[in-house]
Amino acid sequence: MAYSDKVIDHAENPRNVGTLDKDDPSVGTGLVGAPACGDVMRLQIKVSDDGVIEDAKFKTFGCGSAIASSSLATEWIKGKKVEEAEALKNVDIVNELNLPPVKIHCSVLAEDAIKSAIADYRAKQAAKR
Amino acid sequence: MAIKLPIFMDYHSTTPVDPRVIEEMLPYFNEKFGNAASRSHAFGWTAEEAVDYARERIGKLINAQSEKEIVFTSGATESNNVAIKGVAEFYKDKGNHIITSVIEHKAVLDTCKRLEKEGYVVTYLGVGKDGRVDPDDVKKALTDKTILVSIMLANNEIGTVQPIEEIGKLTRERGVLLHSDAVQGVGKVPFDVQQMNVDLASITAHKMYGPKGVGALYVRRSKPRVRLVAQMDGGGHERGMRSGTLNVPGIVGFGKAAEIMMNEGKEEGVRLLAMRERLRKKLQSSLEEVFVNGSLEHRLPGNLNVSFAFVEGEAMMMAIKDVAVSSGSACTSASLEPSYVLRALGVGDELAHSSIRFGLGRYTTDEEIDYVSDLVIDKVKHLRNMSPLYEMYKDGIDLKSVQWVAH
Ligand SMILES: Cc1ncc(COP(=O)(O)O)c(C=O)c1O
Repeated sequence: MAYSDKVIDHAENPRNVGTLDKDDPSVGTGLVGAPACGDVMRLQIKVSDDGVIEDAKFKTFGCGSAIASSSLATEWIKGKKVEEAEALKNVDIVNELNLPPVKIHCSVLAEDAIKSAIADYRAKQAAKR
Repeated sequence: MAIKLPIFMDYHSTTPVDPRVIEEMLPYFNEKFGNAASRSHAFGWTAEEAVDYARERIGKLINAQSEKEIVFTSGATESNNVAIKGVAEFYKDKGNHIITSVIEHKAVLDTCKRLEKEGYVVTYLGVGKDGRVDPDDVKKALTDKTILVSIMLANNEIGTVQPIEEIGKLTRERGVLLHSDAVQGVGKVPFDVQQMNVDLASITAHKMYGPKGVGALYVRRSKPRVRLVAQMDGGGHERGMRSGTLNVPGIVGFGKAAEIMMNEGKEEGVRLLAMRERLRKKLQSSLEEVFVNGSLEHRLPGNLNVSFAFVEGEAMMMAIKDVAVSSGSACTSASLEPSYVLRALGVGDELAHSSIRFGLGRYTTDEEIDYVSDLVIDKVKHLRNMSPLYEMYKDGIDLKSVQWVAH
């Protein structure tokens, strides 16, 4: 299968690979997918007091398109408000990366990862109060 | 010596045509272009002679008793189809039961599935963790209705070699025909249709340094004489078993390729095995959690199928894009399921997604092995650094205990 240049770029030079402290209350962690399905994404956000995502990191087990989708997702949500990040749709990723139909699930997973990280962050904030 | 990129390490998918083969083929495109079925003139005779010589060479490679037992086809897909459907149809009054294995090539499995729709009963034998059929399972599955057993010589994904000789003893005893898809193994591991009691065998030229689109079906002519119903109607070529004008240049090439295999296959195997082991040892000594899929002992010398845990196969192939290999990962196929062969071994889906098949062959060099192993080691480390599974593994988390949110 031929990959788009953007997928290749992100897969070869992934942005924001890494790990944030999952016990930090300002960090939200999303872990989605399953090893048996061939893709697992972990996406983490660190949110400032005024609700801005000041850092985002990911690690992905998956094909080039899955890596690219999560890499792009972290790039996009960094600097955004949590609500803005939440509004991101998988089709945006599909369009940006030119994903073929068989790879759309990679973008869905990235959207899920963002939502799951935000949910985790909110749960932590709620628990704090 | 500088390495020439890209490197081909996918010799199970196909092989380049040996220059010696090309040389023999060339005159048959123009100078000696006759139709082997033209009985009335010299052009036809020349072509027929060349075709019969190829039959002889191919027959020798598998120890056929007569060159008449070699039927030319368009490739092993067709050979498998004709063998199984042809036998099923001819012997349908005798029985309706066929035995095969779950790790056969799709050309066998899908043929069997079609026959099931037509009322035949098919037993798909499982394999052990070593990727081999247990002859005892064949024995247990044989019934009075069994007309055919079809078990491959060597598997195209994991390279495991099946106990054909043991199975042949059982089928011969019971008077059941034995077909073997010998595509991947012929010339590379011992395959003798007499010694193994094989009645039908599928082979193809393009997996043995011959051209694509030419194959053969060995059909035993005595003890027992195997009969089958042709699946292609037409001029009645190939003693009525396969109509269609023969691909003379291709067949000539196939014959030469078989002869080279006969003369050099054994030595080549020794060389390939040494390179394969060098590759395997380098990978397994430099990386943790690298698993060989299937038996190492009963295996094609040029095959290494390994799973690099925590790294997905397609991502791996992309990372080593200058090296042509293949993967059992779902992402490399149109379906979303990982390789059915690896699944049959009980490898586990996550490791199936992490599998890479290295196929070594005639033109693989030691330099390439070193280059590829260094590259693979480097890229596996790189991809593991961005794998959440590897991080969890390193943190001592049992991945099986995690509640995954599959989608
Ligand atoms: C085990 C096996 N059987 C059959 C085939 C089909 O052969 P062909 O490509 O000649 O149709 C292949 C090759 O893909 C194979 O590996």
